[in-house]
Amino acid sequence: MNALALLLSLAYLGLVFLAPGALSNLFGLLALGATAFLRLSPNGRTLNLALLTLGFTLGLVRSGNTLGLIGLVGILVALTTLPRIPGWIRALLGLAILLLSVPMAGFANTFIFELGIQIGIYAAMALGLNVVVGMAGLLDLGYAAFFAVGAYTWAIFGSEQAKNFMQGSFPLPGEYMYLFMGIAVVTTALTGLFIGLPALRLRGDYLAIVTLGLGEVVRILANNLDHPINFTNGPQGITPVQRPPIDWFRELMGGLGVRLDQATDYQLFFYLLVLLMIGLVVLANVNLANSRFGRAWVAIREDEVAARSMGIPLLPTKLLAFMTGAAFSGVMGVIFAAQRTFVSPESFTLLASITILGMVILGGMGSIPGAILGAAALTILNLDVLKTFSEFVRTSLPQIPSQVDPAKYERLVFGLILVLMMIFRPEGLIPERRHKAEMEEA
Amino acid sequence: MRKIGLLVAGVAALGMALGQANVIKIATQSPLSGPQAALGEQIKLGAELAIEEAKAKFKALGFDLVLVPYDDQANPDVGVANANRIINDPDILGVVGHLNSGVAIPSSEVYARVNLVMVSPANTNPRVTDRKLPNVNRICGRDDVQGPVGAEYAFNNLKVKNVFVIHDKTAYGQGLAEEFKKRLEALGGKAVAFVGTEETSNFVPIINQIRGARPVPELIYFGGIYSQIGPFVKQLRERGVKTRVMGGDGLDSSEFVRLAGKENAAGTFYTTVAGPVSAFPKAKAVAQRFKQKYGKDLEGFGIYAYDSANVLLAALEAAIKAAGNKKPTREQVAQAVRQVKMEGLTGTIEFDDKGDNKKAKYFVMQVASTGNWADNKLIRVIEMAAPGAR
Amino acid sequence: MLEQILALLPQVIFDGFILGFVYAMVALGYTMVYGVLELINFAHSEIFMIGAVVGVEVFRYLAPHVGNGFLLLFIALVLGGVVAGITAILVERFAYRPLRARGTTNRLVPLITAIGVSFILQDLVRLVEGLWHNEFFLRMRTVEDLEGSIELFGGAIFAQSKSFILMGVSILMLLGLTYLVNRTKLGVAIRAVAQDLQTASLMGIDPDRIISRTFLIGGSLGGVAGVLFALQYTTITPYVGFLPGIKAFTAAVLGGIGNIPGAMLGGLVLGQLENFFGTYLPILTSGNFGTEYKDVVAFLILIFILLVRPQGLLGQVVREKV
Repeated sequence: MNALALLLSLAYLGLVFLAPGALSNLFGLLALGATAFLRLSPNGRTLNLALLTLGFTLGLVRSGNTLGLIGLVGILVALTTLPRIPGWIRALLGLAILLLSVPMAGFANTFIFELGIQIGIYAAMALGLNVVVGMAGLLDLGYAAFFAVGAYTWAIFGSEQAKNFMQGSFPLPGEYMYLFMGIAVVTTALTGLFIGLPALRLRGDYLAIVTLGLGEVVRILANNLDHPINFTNGPQGITPVQRPPIDWFRELMGGLGVRLDQATDYQLFFYLLVLLMIGLVVLANVNLANSRFGRAWVAIREDEVAARSMGIPLLPTKLLAFMTGAAFSGVMGVIFAAQRTFVSPESFTLLASITILGMVILGGMGSIPGAILGAAALTILNLDVLKTFSEFVRTSLPQIPSQVDPAKYERLVFGLILVLMMIFRPEGLIPERRHKAEMEEA
Repeated sequence: MRKIGLLVAGVAALGMALGQANVIKIATQSPLSGPQAALGEQIKLGAELAIEEAKAKFKALGFDLVLVPYDDQANPDVGVANANRIINDPDILGVVGHLNSGVAIPSSEVYARVNLVMVSPANTNPRVTDRKLPNVNRICGRDDVQGPVGAEYAFNNLKVKNVFVIHDKTAYGQGLAEEFKKRLEALGGKAVAFVGTEETSNFVPIINQIRGARPVPELIYFGGIYSQIGPFVKQLRERGVKTRVMGGDGLDSSEFVRLAGKENAAGTFYTTVAGPVSAFPKAKAVAQRFKQKYGKDLEGFGIYAYDSANVLLAALEAAIKAAGNKKPTREQVAQAVRQVKMEGLTGTIEFDDKGDNKKAKYFVMQVASTGNWADNKLIRVIEMAAPGAR
Repeated sequence: MLEQILALLPQVIFDGFILGFVYAMVALGYTMVYGVLELINFAHSEIFMIGAVVGVEVFRYLAPHVGNGFLLLFIALVLGGVVAGITAILVERFAYRPLRARGTTNRLVPLITAIGVSFILQDLVRLVEGLWHNEFFLRMRTVEDLEGSIELFGGAIFAQSKSFILMGVSILMLLGLTYLVNRTKLGVAIRAVAQDLQTASLMGIDPDRIISRTFLIGGSLGGVAGVLFALQYTTITPYVGFLPGIKAFTAAVLGGIGNIPGAMLGGLVLGQLENFFGTYLPILTSGNFGTEYKDVVAFLILIFILLVRPQGLLGQVVREKV
């Protein structure tokens, strides 16, 4: 078995060296599958994973084929879930993938950066929603509302928009973005309080429908608050939104021997910023999960009545979960606005909320690596796989009518994922231990 | 780390080498699915026809010309995601699109990162070019002329003073409706109401507002897309309101007649920046080829997309020659586009320093009672330079 | 301003009833399923949409062959109801029953499934219509017989005959349903299952069958409402169900979820409120807040009701069993 898997990995490495592209990467995914599912010795497995990391990186750098990114995500999943791999290897390989492989691939194909940033933003939001849905068991269908509040918080003051209702020199310089990441925590947490105070008194499915309604209300407000006083510029959206100046970053990277140009400088910067944010969010998540509050949330999720009789104050505890989740989303909203330099209400529809929910469900409610995997899987699916498939169909099989174009059917795909997961694997791809037990017991 | 730098440089060189292959791609971005597909498809097919016809010529220059259509779903998020894919295909040297200004504005910021040139057949919001991006051009007119043209026609020719203004709450529709209202009020008319709606099926509340509005509106102006105006007009007429209706270029699709019904649509006025085949004698032959190839009638945005693609092709040709028969860089193509001066189907195309067509045409049209979009009456054509950036 | 409001008022109330009856019929589907399974059947708004699509297709294909508009509408209503009802049964069979069979206690699981089903149905219809007619917007064919109009009360109300048909059919359906639930054996069984599923099954009722029937009835009502909606508002898209669906659920909650007369009352009240604010908000706020806020008003009402009277207008307080 060991020899077979090693052979596959080596064969892939050779293949990707000679002919990088979609086919060799598919082979690589096969080799990864073999590594993960065959019975291998821990050392063999580690070696294979290292070889495959090298292979996928090489493939990405040489061809820019995004299947390689899926491979890298796969390796990250393998590193977090497979047993008996030494901790330092997990850490080393994981860091190498995030800090070396992905940026190198990004220079070959800046779309990889874009994917990385989007995955990162959604992963952080999925982690936020994970606190609300996964830990506390409160179904929030209007989560994109907080994302919107965060994005608008910076967009309004980081552009000339604020001049419409305030004295002062706007746009604020880009450095203020860091400050506004903090401010967004406050504004979104307050929005969470505001929405949660009435909504959280309600039971499960009522809460779902009310949050859905309030999510729509926030979108409608963003779309309509251009009169009587112009706060949000309505459907026109706000552009350009300032980005922080990154001369220091260019110099730093130049010192490391990495030359940046117009197409890559901000992309790399935001990629690293998002990685940092995810690191912080994960840290916060882990600490919360093990804190008094985390245990209270789980207690409420398991049995509200029992939790109350144990002396857990229901409303404040739920509110705290709600506000924490909102704050994560708000910070990412600021980054989203700055990275895109454009904000409009169309980004914050129900579909966005459901997509984030889908990420949490797919990964496994309550599970931290699950939420990240879910974000990666759905973002790659949405931005890359479906689109690549569409391009392929449109250019290579033009006889297929354009109505069947796969990129149009993201809702269908999300719907299928939600339904199939609920029927066959409600605990998610990487289940949280406690949750898994609960689902099995049921 | 030095090594990584070297590796990156090597990769860049390799990418350049791969990019040297003699394929030149032109992308289109427009909604090919969903509510606005009828207009978006015209853009794709118009560009496709131009590219098909130029293939032989570029073959002679040593290049294979390929069109890659993208579907932006009239959604800025999708448009930006597509743009990020487009800029990473080194063979794509130009973009024809978009339909919606709200999508074009953020997407063009992405193209600007790599100096990828965009020639728009349809984006009328002033901000598209007022940002002065060197890669953004349009051959059609602007809403800050189109709206006023409509207002002047309504006030001076239709002798209308009180207008009920509706818009669809998009960057395009609201922008257009505001320009209309501004000019109308400057002329001495009055906007009885200024209402936005995202509604797509039930227009009853707005129709009731119209019926109750005082002073009685003599005209209803709707800044929006045919998909909304069609059902609106149908319900309006069914409820016995006979007030005349006027719209902008978003109404300019035969789908409007299908959704509103022939008899309800008849007589509706609209301004457009993309004139019909009947307005351009030279377009007739192209329209025939279009019909033959795709089994559909060529409509306004199709003609403009055909011209947009031809602008790109002319620029490409010039850039190829300037580069000594080698594949030009994106920057060279973008510069060449600004130098283009050509006679298209739609007239002379020449860009000013913002990327606006030096003289764009604006049309006032009236929907025919035959139900055939090509029969629509061309009331007047106005040729006007783009107003200076504010 | 007051004069302006009063001049329009009869018309606004009349139009509010049209909208209200549509909401009432859709709300019944939500309330029946909720009563039996305690599940918010999100997919119900797509069942409604499917009814509307069937209506459009029947008119498209049969209008040239069936001379009589009323007969045509009757066929459309029957077919719309049947197709929608069958879809509802299929959804129950393949999406919800497996969850019940596993005995999931987590209430989020069926709710998330319902959202997924709703998305799947939207895009399936879009795919089918795209391939079939290459249309995104489906337009209900105009049939002369149904298009007559009259002015009542000296022109204060402009009414179309199809609006009267809509109200008439919905009142008939609502009466029929009330009879079915209160007077028939099936109705007794449905109420028994709604009250206590386990006990009902001990009494010789097959819960799966009753649940299936409940979905059938709710689904057909939704389908009929869809056909009438298409007739009234003429343009249909695969995504047309979402907003009416949410509003109808709001209506069901407003009236007291699980309560059939409550759903009807809730639908009518919500239809009136929405139409009232949709028409008058710009006048009342002198243009500062327009028609676009009518959905905000609907949601705020929902929240307000849930806070002040969680059991709804006609609902009874149910003590939670621990």
